[in-house]
Amino acid sequence: MKTPIQFRLNGEDVATFADGGANLLDVLRESVGDLSVKGGCWQGTCGSCTVLIDGAPRLSCLTLAESCAGRSIETVAGLRRGPDLHPLQSAFMERFAAQCGYCTPGMLMAAKALLDRNPNPTRQDVVEALAGNICRCTGYEPIIAAVLDAAGGDSRRRA
Amino acid sequence: MRAVNEADPAIETIVRSTDPSFLNIAVSSGRVELGGGVTMAAILAERELAFLHPVARAVGSPALREAATVGGNLFAIRGDFATALLALDATVMFAGGFGQRELSLDEFMSRRERGAALVSAVAFKRPPDAALRFAKVTRIHPEGMSVLSIAVQLPLTSGRVTGARIAYAGMAPMPLRAKAAERALEGRTLDAAGIAPALAVAADGTSPADDAIASAWWRREILPIHLRRLLLGANQA
Repeated sequence: MKTPIQFRLNGEDVATFADGGANLLDVLRESVGDLSVKGGCWQGTCGSCTVLIDGAPRLSCLTLAESCAGRSIETVAGLRRGPDLHPLQSAFMERFAAQCGYCTPGMLMAAKALLDRNPNPTRQDVVEALAGNICRCTGYEPIIAAVLDAAGGDSRRRA
Repeated sequence: MRAVNEADPAIETIVRSTDPSFLNIAVSSGRVELGGGVTMAAILAERELAFLHPVARAVGSPALREAATVGGNLFAIRGDFATALLALDATVMFAGGFGQRELSLDEFMSRRERGAALVSAVAFKRPPDAALRFAKVTRIHPEGMSVLSIAVQLPLTSGRVTGARIAYAGMAPMPLRAKAAERALEGRTLDAAGIAPALAVAADGTSPADDAIASAWWRREILPIHLRRLLLGANQA
């Protein structure tokens, strides 16, 4: 049975129908058409499907879509403003923090959740914030450096 | 959700627990009650629950902690939070096909595979400052599945342990209390000689598994080492 749900997605109202038991990841990709969210493991292990729900990082594959009614959801598709990349996106580009790119949407959203709450993180804060996001090809060092760059707005590396 | 995503045919019903009482956190000087739907993130946001923060932080990643609940952890294979609740002598309030019930967590754990239950809340006596100690042994930092976890509560009377609680995760198919070690610690002082009998029986009653994280042999070998550190660390506090 399909259930109607409404929520905000990247600042815009969205109304759709979800199957009973459908997860948010599948609803975003298949019903709403936001393909910026990537599914990796569908069991909460890899972090590639990370989105923000009311500002908090959540694994969309483990989130019951119906529980998102009335909530505000942010995905990587909403990061850029017109032609301008979000500072995190620019920093990922500058630091070569994406190779195959599959983990990048989840990495960016986990990093955004951190910077929204803690604009001046230490390296350890960044490591902990990204602990649930698995990357198998870029390597974590350029990603950590990019998040620290985006936070500082320059290339200073913090201990 | 994981089983639902995998289309497990055994799942016939999903209970969406939206009652606000499931999200209730009640902390008084003597007692703490946590709703079954309280998340690890909510515990980390509650200053009064600072003694549980190291435990909540040991669960998953930041995104997982936003979804991982107190009630859910009671059903996890390596429930780190459930292990701390065992050491806190928690009581579980749950609803099954037979109405609302209450059981000690210890007893609840031994029956948890036997039927469906919706955990509405857990409650426990607030421990004295620094009485709860927790250690998670993992191969990957900061987020990795535990090789094993240990939680101890060590109330002291005139420097001697009275009513110790010791609980493990990773040493059996579900978190369990180390009752032999608890008994061996009764009335003892927290020094090398005082804790030796407890360490000698640390692995009694456990049945660790060989899995991708560690072998059963390795778990038995390292258990007394980490228990020793935890017990002696509590003495220095």
